[in-house]
Amino acid sequence: MTLITAKNLSKIYDNEGVKTQALADASFSIEKGEFVAIMGPSGSGKSTLMQILGLLDRPTGGTYFLKDKDVSKMTDDELAQMRNSEIGFVFQAFNLLPRTTVFENVELPLLYDEHPIKDTKERVMEALRAVNLEHRAFYYSNQLSGGEKQRAAIARALVNDPAIIFADEPTGNLDSKSGLQVMLILQALNESGATIILVTHETDTAEHAKRIIRMLDGRIVSDELVANRQFANSKGELTK
Amino acid sequence: MRYSDPIRIAYNSLVAAKLRFFLTVLGIVIGVAAVIMVMGIGASAQGLVLSQVKKVGSDLIGILPGASEEEGAPASALGIVTTTFKNDDLKALRERRSVPHFTAISGYVTGSATIESARESESVSFQGVSPEMIEVENIQVAEGRFFFPEEESNLSRVIVLGSTRAAELFPDRSAVGETVRFKDIPFKVVGVLEERGSTAFSNPDTLVYVPLETAQKLLLGIDYLNFARGKVDDVAHIDQTIADVEELLRKRHDLEDDEESDFSVRSTAAALDVLTSITDVLKYFLMAIASLSLLVGGIGIMNSMLISVSQRIREIGLRKAVGARPKHIIRQFLIESAFITCLGGILGIILGIGLTFVASIIIKALGYEWEFLVPLISLALGFGVSLVIGIVFGIYPAIKASRVTTMEALRYE
Repeated sequence: MTLITAKNLSKIYDNEGVKTQALADASFSIEKGEFVAIMGPSGSGKSTLMQILGLLDRPTGGTYFLKDKDVSKMTDDELAQMRNSEIGFVFQAFNLLPRTTVFENVELPLLYDEHPIKDTKERVMEALRAVNLEHRAFYYSNQLSGGEKQRAAIARALVNDPAIIFADEPTGNLDSKSGLQVMLILQALNESGATIILVTHETDTAEHAKRIIRMLDGRIVSDELVANRQFANSKGELTK
Repeated sequence: MRYSDPIRIAYNSLVAAKLRFFLTVLGIVIGVAAVIMVMGIGASAQGLVLSQVKKVGSDLIGILPGASEEEGAPASALGIVTTTFKNDDLKALRERRSVPHFTAISGYVTGSATIESARESESVSFQGVSPEMIEVENIQVAEGRFFFPEEESNLSRVIVLGSTRAAELFPDRSAVGETVRFKDIPFKVVGVLEERGSTAFSNPDTLVYVPLETAQKLLLGIDYLNFARGKVDDVAHIDQTIADVEELLRKRHDLEDDEESDFSVRSTAAALDVLTSITDVLKYFLMAIASLSLLVGGIGIMNSMLISVSQRIREIGLRKAVGARPKHIIRQFLIESAFITCLGGILGIILGIGLTFVASIIIKALGYEWEFLVPLISLALGFGVSLVIGIVFGIYPAIKASRVTTMEALRYE
C-alpha cells in the first residue's frame, strides 16, 4: 500500500523579497512498512522535505498525496487533524514538556484527538512498554536521562498509532550508546509494521534504514536500498 | 478532547510558574477587594449620614434666614449671616391658626464660650433654644428637667448639659443643682440630657443648652435667630406646612410677589434627598477609582500571559505538531487567564469582605453607629468585571499563541 506519493515537490522561501529555493522537483513514493532515511548535509533541503511530508509546512509547487488524500488542498485545521491521527514526530531536541510527567507527555496527542478516547491510560502504558519506559511513567520529564527522554518522545509518537513516524535527527543530542538504543527501538517498531522516515546527516545512522534518499542543494541525488544495513542490539552495540 | 483536559492543561501550566501566577492573581485580588471595600464602606457611610438625618426626624421642617436656590445650600450654611429672622417671627409661627400642623417649634442660636466648674474650665459650643427643643428633636432628659416655658424670655440663668459634658465637668457627682460660670456669668445646672451618640460631623453630647433669649441677650448680644426647627403632626402635611410658613413669613417681612424670600424653608425629607444624591455621587466616584485597580490587574494578566506565550513557544509548537488546532491553543490560554481572574475574584471577595468587616469594627470602636455592609452588587461587579477583564486581556496573548508557526516554534531556543 502506497502511503506517500510526492510529485515534483518544491519549496521556495520568500523572505522580504529574497527568494531561496529550499526544495526542487522532488518525486518519490513510500510504501507502508518502509524504513526510509532522508540524508544530506545541512542546507540540502532534507528538513524542508520532512516538514512538508510531516504536514508542518506546505509545498510551493508539486503535489503530495498522503494515504491517497491530496493534502495540499487541506485547511490548517484538517492538516492538524491529519498530523494528529496519521503522523508521529520524534525531534532531535526531544521537545518534552518540562515539569510534566512522562505519562502526561506521552498522552499529549490523545488530548487533541477529535473523538474522546476512553482507554487513554492503556494506550499510554502500551506505548511506554514498546520503548521499555513503563517504570518511568510518573517521573517528571526533566528527571530522565537523554536516552530516556528520546524513548519517551518515541512513545509519544507511537501513542496515537500513526501511519508514519518522522524522526528528525533522533540521535543528534545523544551519546553513541543511547543513540544506538534509540535506533534499535525504531528498527523494532519497523519490524512490527511501522513506517518510519528518518532524517539525518550521519551515514552511520542512515544505514539503519532500509532505503536512503540522498539530497544535495534541495534536490534528490540518489534513492537506493541499503546494501549493508546496520543493526543495533539491546546492549547498545552495533552488529552488521 | 475531554472537557476536563483544557482545565488540567491550564492548571499545570500555571502552577509551573508559581511566582508569576501568584503575582498576577494578587493584582486581581487587590482590584476586586478594593471594589468591594469601597462599595461596602461607601454604603455604610451613606447609611450613617442618612440615619443621622433620619434620627433627627423626617417630620421636621427647618427655617433658615437668607434666600437660596431650590437645589443649593441655604445662605446661612455658607456662612452668610442674615439678621431678618426674629423672635417675633418665631412667635407668629407658633400660632395654630397660621401654621396649624406644627406640634412644636424651637428657635436656635449658636455660639461658643468658656464654661467653668469647680474643677474644670472648658471652651464649649452652646445652643440657645426654646423649651420645645426636646420635643422637636425627640430628646429625653436623663436627670433634672429642661427649660420651663417662661424661661425662654425671662433671661433665666439656667443651663442644661449634654451627657458627656456633664460627666466632664462633674465627674464625681451629679451636675444638677450645681452652679457653673458660663462666660463669667453664674448659671444653675437644671438638667442633663441623655446620651444621643455622635453623628458624622459633631457630638451633641458635648453641647450645652441655655434658654433662647438668655443666649441672645446675655451671651451673644443679638436679636435674631440662626434658625428654627418645627415638628409637623403628620409627614403628609409637610408640603402644606412649608407653604404655610412661607406665606406667613413673606407677609410678615412685607415681601412683594416678585421679591425673593429672605428665608428658606426645608424639610428633612428634602435634605435627605439632597444628601442621598451627594453621597451617591461620592460612592460612584470612589467605585470608579477602585475599578481602575481592576484595570491595572487586567493589564497585569495580559503582561503575564504574553510572557507565558513567549516562554512556552516550543510547547505551543509541539502541541500544534501533535495535532492541536489554533482553537485548542486559544482555548488553553483563555482558560489560563480566566482561571487567574476567577481565583483572584474569589480571593478578592474574601479579602474585601474581611477588610470591610475589620474596618467596621474599627469604626464602631470609634463610637459611630456603623453598619457592616457588603452590597451584593459589589460582589457581582467585582467578580464579573474581573472575569471580563481576564478574558478581554487574555484574548490578545491567546491569539498570538495560536499563530505561532509550528516549525519555528520547535526550533526556538
